[in-house]
Amino acid sequence: MFGFISSFSTLLHSAIIFGTVIMLGAIGEIVTEKSGNLNLGVPGIMYMGAIAGLASTFMYENVYCANLGIQANDFLCVIICLGSTFLASALGGLLFSFLTITLRANQNVTGLTLTILGSGIGNFFGGSLNKLAGGVGQVSVNNTSRIFRLYSNKMVEALDSVTGSFKLGTLFFSYGFLTYVAIILAILILLYLNKTRMGLSLRAVGENTATADATGINVTLYKYLATCIGAGISGLGGIYYIMVYIKGTWENQGTIEALGWLAVALVIFATWRTVRTIWGAYLFGMLYWAYFYIPGLTRSSQEIFKMAPYLVTIFVLLMVSMRKKKESQPPGSLGSAYFREER
Amino acid sequence: MQISKREGISKSKAMLIRLIAIVVALIICAIVIFLIVNLNPIKVYISMFNGAFGTNKRMWVTLRDMSMLTCIAIGLAPAFKMRFWNIGAEGQMLVGAISAAYFMITFSGRMNPIILMICMIIGSLAMGAIWGLIPGFFKAKWNTNETLFTLMMNYIAIQCTSFCVSLWENPPGSNSVGTINATGANKYVGWIGNLLSKGYNKDYGILLLITIFLAIFVYIYLKYTKHGFEIAVVGDSENTARYAGIRVDKVYIRTMALSGALCGLAGFLAVSSVSHTISTDTANGRGFTAIIVAWLAKMNPFIMIIISLLLAFLDKGSVQIASEFGLNEYVSKIITGIILLFILGSEFFINYQVSFKKIKKDGGK
Repeated sequence: MFGFISSFSTLLHSAIIFGTVIMLGAIGEIVTEKSGNLNLGVPGIMYMGAIAGLASTFMYENVYCANLGIQANDFLCVIICLGSTFLASALGGLLFSFLTITLRANQNVTGLTLTILGSGIGNFFGGSLNKLAGGVGQVSVNNTSRIFRLYSNKMVEALDSVTGSFKLGTLFFSYGFLTYVAIILAILILLYLNKTRMGLSLRAVGENTATADATGINVTLYKYLATCIGAGISGLGGIYYIMVYIKGTWENQGTIEALGWLAVALVIFATWRTVRTIWGAYLFGMLYWAYFYIPGLTRSSQEIFKMAPYLVTIFVLLMVSMRKKKESQPPGSLGSAYFREER
Repeated sequence: MQISKREGISKSKAMLIRLIAIVVALIICAIVIFLIVNLNPIKVYISMFNGAFGTNKRMWVTLRDMSMLTCIAIGLAPAFKMRFWNIGAEGQMLVGAISAAYFMITFSGRMNPIILMICMIIGSLAMGAIWGLIPGFFKAKWNTNETLFTLMMNYIAIQCTSFCVSLWENPPGSNSVGTINATGANKYVGWIGNLLSKGYNKDYGILLLITIFLAIFVYIYLKYTKHGFEIAVVGDSENTARYAGIRVDKVYIRTMALSGALCGLAGFLAVSSVSHTISTDTANGRGFTAIIVAWLAKMNPFIMIIISLLLAFLDKGSVQIASEFGLNEYVSKIITGIILLFILGSEFFINYQVSFKKIKKDGGK
């Protein structure tokens, strides 16, 4: 029994780290989709954010500070990393907005192109960075990665010793700060969308753009801002993957792309509500890692197991469309472009 | 600044705008390349051309990639014409490939090679059709969002492929299927080029012929048949279609089955004529690129061939410059991405007219 509990809590632990990556991606995408923009460029945007964050911290920590022979400033590391991540991914969002809103290009196609471009940029510069650092998997930003994974050892140990094999300390408090930021972000955005006037306007834009326009809401501005900020948040998922999940290095395996699509899936699973992404993401993480803890699986049956998150998402998608519950539908004008002149 | 919809731009003018977009994109790419490697961009483009068409073999490889991409895009055309966003070509192609590989592995030597080939084709068509039919059915019955549904189906297909790869892996432990029927008694059974005789140009030549045949077939289907007309009406307006007495749900299901089947056939071609093996890389993102190709070609199969050729050229050319100048191969994705974004953006100038004139204060933007 205790063995089961402890393996369950290690499963949950790795699920939370895995989940935070797609949770950040999904929260950003929800903000974007609430404005009626279906940005399928999430994987590309996560790539852009990840590489920008990694490259800038690498420049600061391993080039600038190493040349001067000084210790990298912890606070600066985080600011540089998060700042450049957010900027680069918001720039990706800006590109998407410009093409779909101003130039009225098709959203699906633009998003997919952005994914191609983003994964190209990420892997190209990631590969070059590795080469610069001396070989495959050689780039490492130890200091920054350490700060991203920092937690209070004392508190965790104290709580662990009280709760015995449940290890609640490890389970709840042994993650880096971004894990909690993601949860807070999910709650804040829910409040923003449902309790503020601006949030209401944003939802109106996504539900029925023409009506929102008629009531005097600046539709273009809302769409631009929501898409750029949403992309910025999605990008944080990319840097979380780099700094926490693979501990501050780069690998050319296309994992970020797969996670990006999983983030898109999570948006559906959460039926466009940010708070649901919290447990949704952890559930996806558990489904993803479950094969590791189920005894007697062969390698081929593991692959079948990894389908679970997608199957669950399809199931939710079907339920949503069959039950036609008003509050869990996708935003009304999702994916369709809006031209004022064409009415 | 005033934007108004253009009414009927001449074809040559539209082509000119697209051409300008491509040229501007190439210049931007040249600047990017120059900034990265500090080399004369013209030299870089020459070596790109060399990489894509320099030798007989390279040319065939480029044509092969072009054909593959066109095949998938052609498969997507009926669905897109109906405004059904089939993002699932990747998955539909993979299940087709799985089925083809299954027949090749299981029935080689136990069946007449010609019959085997026919089984492979029918199997791939059927699997692709099923994969397309599922989202089509739910869209028709419950209006389930097809973009998201087909997207999810891709990943289920990818996991199925990984499952099959580990099931069929050869030699054991290699985590790959290896080239099927490369040696032994069943040498070349199920390889499409084997219908004539071996050689990459035979393999890829047949692929090219099939692609052209499919292009003509789909062009005629969409333009001159009753089905094609129904698809166009549904795509234009579902309500109009209903008033006209078209069974919209039937059209959805039928067209998605066709679209999936054609993508499944592309999977068969990928196994039988291109790689002679199966892995999760069999589709390798082509299902997504094909979506862009189909959309940019406005569902015209012949323009798809041109766009696919451009993309295949860029891809092969970039791989060449990557190896020649010590860059990594992902530079091709950057160049492809930039060019596609430019072509996408240029559509605006084809569809809309921008005029600068003073407007009164209350005149909107």
